[in-house]
Amino acid sequence: MEFNLTEERMMLRDTLQRFLADKYSHENRRAMIAAGEPYDAGIYAGLAELGVLGAMFSEGQGGFGGQGFDLMVVFEELGRAGVIEPVLPAVLAGGLIAALGSEQQRGLVEEIIAGTHVAALAQGEAGSRYDLNHVETTAAAEGDAIVLNGIKTHVLYGAEAQTLVVSAREAGAATDAAGISLFLVPVNAPGVTVSGHRNMDGIPSATVALDGVRLAASSRLGAAGEGLEALEAAVARGLTAICSEALGAMEAAKELTIGYLKERKQFGVPIGKFQALQHRMADMLIEVEQARSAVINLAGNLDQPRGRREIHACAAKNLIGRAGALVAEECIQMHGGIGMTDEYALSHFARRLTMIDHLFGDTDYHLERFIALKAG
Amino acid sequence: MDLNYTKEEQAFRAEVRQWLEDTLPNELREKVRLGKRLAKADIERWHSLLHTRGWLAPNWPRAYGGCEWNAVQRHIFEEEACLAHAPRSLPFGLSMLAPVLLAFGSEDQRQRFLPRILNGQDWWCQGYSEPGAGSDLAAVKTRAVRDGDHYVVNGQKTWTTLGQHANWIFCLVRTDPDAKKQEGISFLLIDMETPGVTVRPIVLIDGEPEVNEVFFDNVRVPAENLVGEENKGWTYAKYLLTHERTNIAGVGFSNALLTTLKHVAARVNSGGRPLAQNPHFAARMAQAEIDLMAMATTNLRVVSAAAKGQAPGAESSMLKVKGTVIRQELTSLLRRAMGPDALPFQPDFLDGGSNAAALGPDHAAAAAPAYFNMRKLSIFGGSNEVQRTIITKAILGL
Ligand SMILES: Cc1cc2nc3c(=O)[nH]c(=O)nc-3n(C[C@H](O)[C@H](O)[C@H](O)COP(=O)(O)OP(=O)(O)OC[C@H]3O[C@@H](n4cnc5c(N)ncnc54)[C@H](O)[C@@H]3O)c2cc1C
Ligand SMILES: Cc1cc2nc3c(=O)[nH]c(=O)nc-3n(C[C@H](O)[C@H](O)[C@H](O)COP(=O)(O)OP(=O)(O)OC[C@H]3O[C@@H](n4cnc5c(N)ncnc54)[C@H](O)[C@@H]3O)c2cc1C
Repeated sequence: MEFNLTEERMMLRDTLQRFLADKYSHENRRAMIAAGEPYDAGIYAGLAELGVLGAMFSEGQGGFGGQGFDLMVVFEELGRAGVIEPVLPAVLAGGLIAALGSEQQRGLVEEIIAGTHVAALAQGEAGSRYDLNHVETTAAAEGDAIVLNGIKTHVLYGAEAQTLVVSAREAGAATDAAGISLFLVPVNAPGVTVSGHRNMDGIPSATVALDGVRLAASSRLGAAGEGLEALEAAVARGLTAICSEALGAMEAAKELTIGYLKERKQFGVPIGKFQALQHRMADMLIEVEQARSAVINLAGNLDQPRGRREIHACAAKNLIGRAGALVAEECIQMHGGIGMTDEYALSHFARRLTMIDHLFGDTDYHLERFIALKAG
Repeated sequence: MDLNYTKEEQAFRAEVRQWLEDTLPNELREKVRLGKRLAKADIERWHSLLHTRGWLAPNWPRAYGGCEWNAVQRHIFEEEACLAHAPRSLPFGLSMLAPVLLAFGSEDQRQRFLPRILNGQDWWCQGYSEPGAGSDLAAVKTRAVRDGDHYVVNGQKTWTTLGQHANWIFCLVRTDPDAKKQEGISFLLIDMETPGVTVRPIVLIDGEPEVNEVFFDNVRVPAENLVGEENKGWTYAKYLLTHERTNIAGVGFSNALLTTLKHVAARVNSGGRPLAQNPHFAARMAQAEIDLMAMATTNLRVVSAAAKGQAPGAESSMLKVKGTVIRQELTSLLRRAMGPDALPFQPDFLDGGSNAAALGPDHAAAAAPAYFNMRKLSIFGGSNEVQRTIITKAILGL
């Protein structure tokens, strides 16, 4: 066993930490959001330059990382700084292209790593909730072409992407595991309508309507009807990313709160002197350390066979969901009114932590799934 | 003990229900049902409808236009109003300032201000908290210095709910800086249109500017606007706080929330069946319901025990802590119930009086903002930590 990071990962973490400390602030993010910018293109280019996007891919895929701990190191820092730039789609859609793509399709990976191309994953639908296998969007062969019809919801960074990785059904009923394929869809293809919005946590998202979108058969990513397995593996990587991000956000929220407890005075003393608050901070610290261990368990098992990987994915997402809610709620409470203001960074961390619970399965969903996996 | 409502109480409930059905405008009902934000005019409209029926001031004596309802009647009204998705009436004039004026104000002040609360001429806000005086409310620094027949006020209030709509603010001001901190405070009524008053909105975590900072720069306030005696404001302030807590259990709100939650959970699909059939989610919903059933009775026990029309004492701290925890849990469950549809931030829909379409099913747009907003319940009106300290000292004797 070895619980220290490799030197390369340590270096990446340190440079990323310095870059974000220098360049990224709550005030800038707020101003950018107020100005209607989806995210800061300059920061995104900077992240690419630092190798943050390259670290999401293995050497064989054209990157220099790609393992669970690479994701963890990067996303913990992104979470700590509250970054809303599109690194997650590189893991999800980018990861799928790298894992399944033909040589020609894989050409996109190079552009993704360079930060010049955003590919977004379009898998959710109105009735699917958190089930990856619930796909009602259809892909029908018409001569040499494939025609997509359906509506994809909650497509993170969908309005900022140039390419969408879309799950669509070529065979079977709405929730069958078999029959789901993945397709590369350029957003400017006729019949694609992308309507963007922003999520509670400031992250851009979109609804994508696919109305008779004609694609060449070469747009299929991987084998026909066998997309679910790869999708699930990519989502496990995505879960590693967002769980690590949540960990960073928890650390940041905790630090802000410790600082505030020392500085804020009521009744003539710092409020951190009240044992009613001290013990809750102590409990929070314990929960954050537990969350860190759960993320380490997931990151370390990401390349293990499906059963083992998924058990840790469920465990981490469930624990992160519980710890995230605790940290968000307790940090706000211990701040008093100031913790509820948009102006203060804590509220951003609280929103992000809460919304992470709504991505790729919440605490209840993963609890139930964990029980099923353990039983099976 | 008899848990059944009397004939009169049942008749009263039927009367309230009928009135709500006939009177509550559909537009308001829909806004409240979907968790949309109410504009100033919406709240004024609701007040005016209640006033016309004579039901705007449940706690006030009849002589001043109130209903003099007892605890059970108030409970019934609140329950029915919440279930009908009626807006909440504004507490600042009705259940904060008015009890203070009735107990400690001059007859002139009552005659001057109470009718204006009823007829909607005045919108009051609460000027208690300051940047340095939150839980330690007696630390207020805003200064009022007597100058002839005026006070000159300088300082700052903060977290002033809906102060952007208000034309009057009741303030705790320091009139004697040398006395012990509780003994140098006065209770002063300030017309916000007076020169020197500035209001700056504060946007909260749900994206709404619900609270404000209010600055006072040499604001001249007629001395007749002092309530009671100079330097006795702390007594009045505490009296007001116990009244602020009378409805703090929020049982009616929680009941309405639970109804919405069940409605949503029965319709949302989770893994091929309604979410209400997910055992983990169903268990949490059931637990919240069990807590709420008990809280409804705890609330009535405490509120009925208080003398007629009076506010309960330290026991209200129990209602505050447990009532807010239940309400927060219900908003948390409703947020979770929406799944990914809780993600989008939809201010245009939430603010829109019109038909701006929302992403996701009914209740999705407001689920996360309401959850975040309700964090305030355990912070304001005396934080839940402060309430526990009150229980520790006043009830447990520790
Ligand atoms: C099964 C068992 C085995 C034990 N084995 C050993 C042993 O092998 N060797 C040994 O030396 N001792 C042993 N102990 C004793 C143990 O260390 C003491 O019980 C412990 O230190 C608590 O002291 P106390 O029982 O006097 O409780 P108290 O110290 O009187 O505490 C009573 C309560 O007050 C709380 N409390 C006390 N101070 C504070 C504070 N400042 N802030 C907040 N809360 C506070 C405590 O948490 C507790 O809930 C054992 C005890 C038990 C129950
Ligand atoms: C949405 C909202 C609306 C509001 N509306 C109004 C309004 O209209 N008018 C108005 O005057 N005020 C209003 N308030 C202010 C509210 O009353 C204060 O926020 C509250 O009194 C807490 O003060 P604070 O925010 O300064 O927190 P602090 O007092 O600084 O408290 C910070 C934390 O320390 C804890 N703490 C403090 N003292 C102790 C102690 N002795 N022991 C243990 N824990 C302690 C608190 O419980 C809290 O967790 C509003 C607040 C909010 C959030």
